[in-house]
Amino acid sequence: MLRKLLDSIGPSFHEGGKFERFYILYEAVDTLLYSPPETTPHAPHARDAMDLKRVMGYVWLATFPVILMACWNTGFQANSAMAAMGTGELEGWRGALLGGIGYDPASFFANFLHGLTYFLPIYLTTFIVGGLAEVVFSFVRGHEVNEGFFVTSILYTLTMPPSIPLWMVSLGIIFGVVIGKEVFGGTGKNFLNPALVGRAFLFFAYPAAISGDSVWVAADGYSGATPLAAAAAGGMEQVAAGGYSWFDAFIGFIPGSIGETSTLAILIGGAMLLITRIASWRIVSGVFIGMVATSLLLNLIGSDTNPMFSMPFWWHLVTGGFAFGMIFMATDPVTAAHTNAGRWWFGILIGFMVVMIRVVNPAYPEGMMLAILFANIFAPLIDHFVVQANVRRRLKRQTQRA
Amino acid sequence: MDAEIKKNLVDPLVDNNPITWQILGICSALAVTTSMNTALLMSLALTTVVALSNFSISLVRDHTPGSIRIIVQMIIIASLVIIVDQFMRAYAFDTAKKLSVFVGLIITNCIVMGRAEAYAMSHGPKLSFFDGLGNGLGYSLVLLIVAFIRELFGAGSLFGVQIFELTKDGGWYQSNGLLLLPPSAFFIIGLLIWVIRTFKPAQVEQPTFRIHEEINPQLV
Repeated sequence: MLRKLLDSIGPSFHEGGKFERFYILYEAVDTLLYSPPETTPHAPHARDAMDLKRVMGYVWLATFPVILMACWNTGFQANSAMAAMGTGELEGWRGALLGGIGYDPASFFANFLHGLTYFLPIYLTTFIVGGLAEVVFSFVRGHEVNEGFFVTSILYTLTMPPSIPLWMVSLGIIFGVVIGKEVFGGTGKNFLNPALVGRAFLFFAYPAAISGDSVWVAADGYSGATPLAAAAAGGMEQVAAGGYSWFDAFIGFIPGSIGETSTLAILIGGAMLLITRIASWRIVSGVFIGMVATSLLLNLIGSDTNPMFSMPFWWHLVTGGFAFGMIFMATDPVTAAHTNAGRWWFGILIGFMVVMIRVVNPAYPEGMMLAILFANIFAPLIDHFVVQANVRRRLKRQTQRA
Repeated sequence: MDAEIKKNLVDPLVDNNPITWQILGICSALAVTTSMNTALLMSLALTTVVALSNFSISLVRDHTPGSIRIIVQMIIIASLVIIVDQFMRAYAFDTAKKLSVFVGLIITNCIVMGRAEAYAMSHGPKLSFFDGLGNGLGYSLVLLIVAFIRELFGAGSLFGVQIFELTKDGGWYQSNGLLLLPPSAFFIIGLLIWVIRTFKPAQVEQPTFRIHEEINPQLV
């Protein structure tokens, strides 16, 4: 029935039709629901069910475990904080919505719904504002609206702290979409991850809203350091003093950006991406190996003044945005290295940089975002060297044979 | 006004702007545009230096041996920069202190050297003076636009006068810290170039490569 409807209105969107100018919108809806009608008229014919839309769709699905856990944990943190501070009721629209359910941190539904009231507004804002920017560019440039934005929007949302004001969310996603992607020609031509560009913009423009101690728990006036910030301040003893065990951090009972807290949920989504071979296992392994090697090295060197030197690698894995960045951000097929050997080096560079920023730089307790952006910039260079090495090797083989 | 003089004055404002078209003098444009005060003073300093240096270099151009011309130009420019620097310390000490090394660095500014080499060495003193003045004004225009955006949205003020009340003082405007960092000047200049090239398509560069769209069906 939907197909019939689309077919019947189709001609008016095609060339010469009444709504020719709105073709890109029609095309976006049509190919989202059904497989594209265009077929390749000439050889070579490569057949694959995985077009760009399905790839992006899979990534989107893979974030679902993270979203579920994110909503629950955001609510759990907020309700726990409210219980600790003795705040009984919320004011405003959240209070009106949640009044009947209550704020019991032991209740699954209360936590989940409370978290949802933070996740949904940020996601909707991101989607509407960023989508609008995307559509405007599509109209002007005459290219199609792309599903890349589905992924960008959800990843961007999941890296936000729950208490961030919505107007900042809009500014960040506009910057990410326009400067991070569209000025370079749109999906597939960007060299930086647009979601991270948007987050980096907010990070430098409004540091008070996206870093520090008081933004990670969505309850007014509550200040709670993330385990990573605690470790930067006073080493692993302070993490333990904060009451966070490794399993808390692994499953996701810690404060942090909406989607980065639960390493377990991220790994479930990651397994899905790795099995479907959408995420490159080389990049993921590279990031992990780079992180483990660098942190072991720093453990060995040690430092009397900087407690971060002694942070073991299994803590690096579960704190901050490491797992989220490793699975969802570093594996972006566009901005990562494109050669297999290059992917290893790209991953290792991220793993190395993230530990270096976390440990050695006193200003930033978290370094995953900056590490990935840094490696994004180096990805073309890495590819260049891999390709040149391959050319040399083949040349040598050729001359040996002759 | 003489058509040649007018062209020398007006051309560098948009069509042949030293920053947005020749992409020169970017370094100081990033460094001094955090506030209108510093940007204005820097603009005045550079415009004075480039106009007078063009004039002086043009005066001695026929007596300058080609092999040592750069040295001669440098001496003239350096002398002018020192005079300008002393003037600013005398009459605008606080702002001059904020400009720190960037006044001294006018000596190595590509716009000054570039105009001396490209124009003053082959044109008369009067035309050279206006060429220098025009380029200085083109530089100033971009600097002031960038500084306007950065100071207004980064600190909520203009020339140090508070326009937007900041949230930290109980107002409504949350200042944008990124605009006070040098990279933001890069973004703003980049966006400025984008706007100019949208209205003046003649400035758009040819792509360095082209993707083949047409495939010869006989080959397939």
